Amino acid sequence: MSLAVEALPGLRRRPAGRRGIQHLARRFAHNRLALGGLILFVLILLTALLAAWIAPASPIKTDFGAYLQPPGPRHLMGTDELGRDVLSRIIFGARASLEAGMISVGLGIAAGLPLGIVAGFYRGRLDDVLMRLTDAMLSFPQLILALAVAAVLGPGLAKAMIAIAVVLMPVFMRIMRAQVLTEREREYVDAARAMGAADRRIIWRHLLPNSLAPIVVQGSLNVAGAIITEATLSFLGLGTQPPTPSWGSMLNAAQQYLTQAPWMSFWPGVAIAVTVFAVNVAGDGLREIWDPRTR
Amino acid sequence: MIPVLFFVSVIIFVLINLVPGDAARLFLGEEAPPDALAALRRELGLDRPLYVQYLRWVGGMLHGDFGHSFKDNRQVLATVLQKVPVTAELAAAALLIAWAIAIPAGVLAAWRRRTAVDYFASAGALTGLSIPNFWLGIMLIYLFAVHLHWLPASGFVPPAEDLGRNLKSIVMPAFVLGVVLAAFVMRQLRSSMLEVLSADYVRTANAKGLGERVVLVRHALRNAVIPVITVMGIQLGTLLGGAVITETIFALPGLGRLAVESIYGRDYPMLEGVVIFSAFAILVINLMVDIVYSLIDPRIKLAGGTS
Repeated sequence: MSLAVEALPGLRRRPAGRRGIQHLARRFAHNRLALGGLILFVLILLTALLAAWIAPASPIKTDFGAYLQPPGPRHLMGTDELGRDVLSRIIFGARASLEAGMISVGLGIAAGLPLGIVAGFYRGRLDDVLMRLTDAMLSFPQLILALAVAAVLGPGLAKAMIAIAVVLMPVFMRIMRAQVLTEREREYVDAARAMGAADRRIIWRHLLPNSLAPIVVQGSLNVAGAIITEATLSFLGLGTQPPTPSWGSMLNAAQQYLTQAPWMSFWPGVAIAVTVFAVNVAGDGLREIWDPRTR
Repeated sequence: MIPVLFFVSVIIFVLINLVPGDAARLFLGEEAPPDALAALRRELGLDRPLYVQYLRWVGGMLHGDFGHSFKDNRQVLATVLQKVPVTAELAAAALLIAWAIAIPAGVLAAWRRRTAVDYFASAGALTGLSIPNFWLGIMLIYLFAVHLHWLPASGFVPPAEDLGRNLKSIVMPAFVLGVVLAAFVMRQLRSSMLEVLSADYVRTANAKGLGERVVLVRHALRNAVIPVITVMGIQLGTLLGGAVITETIFALPGLGRLAVESIYGRDYPMLEGVVIFSAFAILVINLMVDIVYSLIDPRIKLAGGTS
């Protein structure tokens, strides 16, 4: 029995897809630029996690004796309208951005994957309905849909993340569906089915692991977009609420003081751009490995 | 397209009905007397079952009645249409700027692949994608309006009034909006150019001794640009989404600013109108692009019945 199984192509002990992910990881390690992006991202992540130890001052403690001070030795990035240290707020603000970037993409995947699998695996009427639904969701401008959802849910970081996840969900659903549609026609699925494997086993052991690579690629690129969207929502007052620092809401507050205190507007934007750049570089590396045509 | 529009309307309807509190209370305020609330509910049809409300809403839209603003009772459709020219001008200018940057950059990067030119252009595109456009807008305002006094910081002058001042008021927002799009288009054009440049007909054109520029533009670019135009719908979505932010920063009286204002003012009929209008605009333009394509490129056929 086990010999016969070994002889069938693609039906080894370890599902082929794990190799797909491993392959992705191995090739990624050889792409210096992408690795650099990842390292930068990890550094920013560590900064966010260790903010309490790294930040030179409290991000929320006001000091009216030192408001709107330009960058100098005491405050490397200056102070804001309430005398708070901008550098410390930037360091703590990394938390909101990274949380939003990663959690909203995670939520989008968590909602999109099962629906994509169901649609691709069982096809039929449900598939048609789900596809038209995603068509409709994708025909909204992303930011406008996110804004509308955030407006309905009300302001707050968690709600902003849900709004972003709602917008991302159809993207992941479609990718997963397309992936399942091709994988389910493969011989190893026929073989597994011939051996009496139940749908659930086929989905969990074969289709899911084999379809993960494009999800990882797409997800990494979406983290970049999600960070920008969270910053945008916070900038419009719909994301992170004061006094919690976030780069978007810092920019919102800074707008009034553009003439007197341009540093308040400058640094949060740099922080967003550097973080998003790191994620984009890493994500691009993954995509190149996955789809060599984009090289 | 019809089924998609149906789902679009359902999504918006569900979304708006998820709002805590009903329209009558939002309209009359928290301290409204209960009988006035009940009367308005009856007038707005809020006492009817949900599916009746939905059908009335869709039926109204089919007759051009998108409802009235909660805030000042303006007609939603008229207000939306009145804002369209501003956003359309902004989007067209942004598109122009984007393509003016992206086409030469994409062609050069693909042609001089793996050289300094390519790396510079590609890194530039990645940077363009990473910079939040509202921050870019603020920085430009600081540089050109606050510091150099070359351009107005905000505001809008209609082109019919004074074309010169109109262009001055639109150039910064259009640039901000165009940068992200330029980055996006450049990357796509570069990869599709790379694909086309390795095609047989390009090799043939090279082999028969055509000048490099002729091959590049007449043979390669022409074909490479097709897939880039096909994703016009995505670009349009980016443009309309970006318009929300640029119009807010530069105080342009367009659709995007209307959307933000109706969110702040909890003016849901207006928000509904803007959202459904933008989705509709994207669908229609995509359909037009598809039709134009099937005319230009005989290989592409319109499949009947699908959206």
